[in-house]
Amino acid sequence: MSVAGHAPPPFFKRGPAPLVRLAFFVSLSLILLLADLRFHTLEWARLAVATVAWPLQRITWMPIDAAGDAGAYFSRQTTLLRENEELRRRQLGTANLLLRQQHLELENKRLRALLDMRARLPAEGRIAEILYAARDPFSRRVIIDKGSQHGIAAGQAVVDDIGVIGQVARVFPLTAEVLLLTDKDQAIPVEVQRNGLRAVLAGAGAGMMELRFLAANAEIQIGDMLVTSGLDGVYLPGLPVAKVAKIDRDSSYSFARITCEPLAGVERHGLALVLGGRLALPPQPDDAPSIAEQPGRGKRVKKKAP
Amino acid sequence: MQPIHSSRRILLPVRNWFIVLTLFLALLLNLIPFGRLPGIPDWVALVLAFWCVHQPLKVGMAAGFVLGLAMDVADASVMGQHALAYVLLAFAAAGWSRRVLWFPLSQQALHVLPMFLGMQLVMMVARMLSGAEFPGVLWFLSSFTATLLWHPVTYLLLTPQFRPEDKDVHRPI
Repeated sequence: MSVAGHAPPPFFKRGPAPLVRLAFFVSLSLILLLADLRFHTLEWARLAVATVAWPLQRITWMPIDAAGDAGAYFSRQTTLLRENEELRRRQLGTANLLLRQQHLELENKRLRALLDMRARLPAEGRIAEILYAARDPFSRRVIIDKGSQHGIAAGQAVVDDIGVIGQVARVFPLTAEVLLLTDKDQAIPVEVQRNGLRAVLAGAGAGMMELRFLAANAEIQIGDMLVTSGLDGVYLPGLPVAKVAKIDRDSSYSFARITCEPLAGVERHGLALVLGGRLALPPQPDDAPSIAEQPGRGKRVKKKAP
Repeated sequence: MQPIHSSRRILLPVRNWFIVLTLFLALLLNLIPFGRLPGIPDWVALVLAFWCVHQPLKVGMAAGFVLGLAMDVADASVMGQHALAYVLLAFAAAGWSRRVLWFPLSQQALHVLPMFLGMQLVMMVARMLSGAEFPGVLWFLSSFTATLLWHPVTYLLLTPQFRPEDKDVHRPI
């Protein structure tokens, strides 16, 4: 307040000093960073903003879609013919396996029933299209076109026609983020198909993966196939994951450095299959009331008319 | 208001809705899923830096923070990563605005290049401290693309403020 009792003219009012504002916003950002990185408490805010921004995001895909359509339009017929031929040959090649697979599954079921074992859950899946790779250059994620509205839940495994791609990390109403196997935060329990040696495979960045914590003299060769071991309860056992590309047995370290390359088209785009959760309860016996008939929580049980 | 301080052309006052519209369009451009293609400029950073240099009283750190949060959600990155980087960018651009505007456009671009590179560096440090992978040297290419775009973007965003140049010999100014 000035001496004469007049307020200063409004064009001198510019709010707090720039450094004060900088300190305020930087500390706010740092708090957000910490909250998201360490405590993962901001998923609700992300969900809200993503839901509001969904139509906008849909608009921005149009240029990419149009470019893809134009490319497909101009792709030469010979390419298509060759691809068709290739697919037909592959189908014939696998027909034998597929037919026997059905037979084997039936036989397996009968044998398991005989052994009175819990029937292994059938691998249910939901086909999703990979829309695009997330722009974040620090992680390897792709966005698929199925979300919580289609029954996708975080933690489900995602495979393509060759092997495992990754795992659903974040679910939005209409889309979901899949964390690829090559991401540094992703780990998957595997075993060597040849001899059943179990290990943990983790992303190494740059499209490669690394077998961790295997002794320098572990029995493993270049070209070994790695399949999921199913120990984590997320991935079904036996899904192909990667192939050993390079082994560096340096005796000065206690562990061998084993680099693997993924089998599935992890960094390619196309269709993928989201597998159902593996830890679902076994099917109830027939005499128990089904889920649809059970009263919901908070509802009164109506007595049936006699 | 002049395009640059040494210019003799006088601009019309900027309209607030135009600033909001351009920032929004930049956000839309940033949402286009180019994946990991190198050299795609960060349009929001470019337009934000432009308005911070030209209108430091209207666009500043608050706008940077809000746009940063939007980008964090759109990019599937960590919350606060873009917010932090854009706030620092807005601070630098607004602080240097008096100096930058004395230079011709090509030298202005040289002034904003370190701001963009610093912004990317801040993002990289924030993520790599938390164990993310190195995105590759090519990722920094987007700063140089944005710098090259400074000249056309200046003309594009100042177009509504230009008035026809009429030479009136009787006018004193």
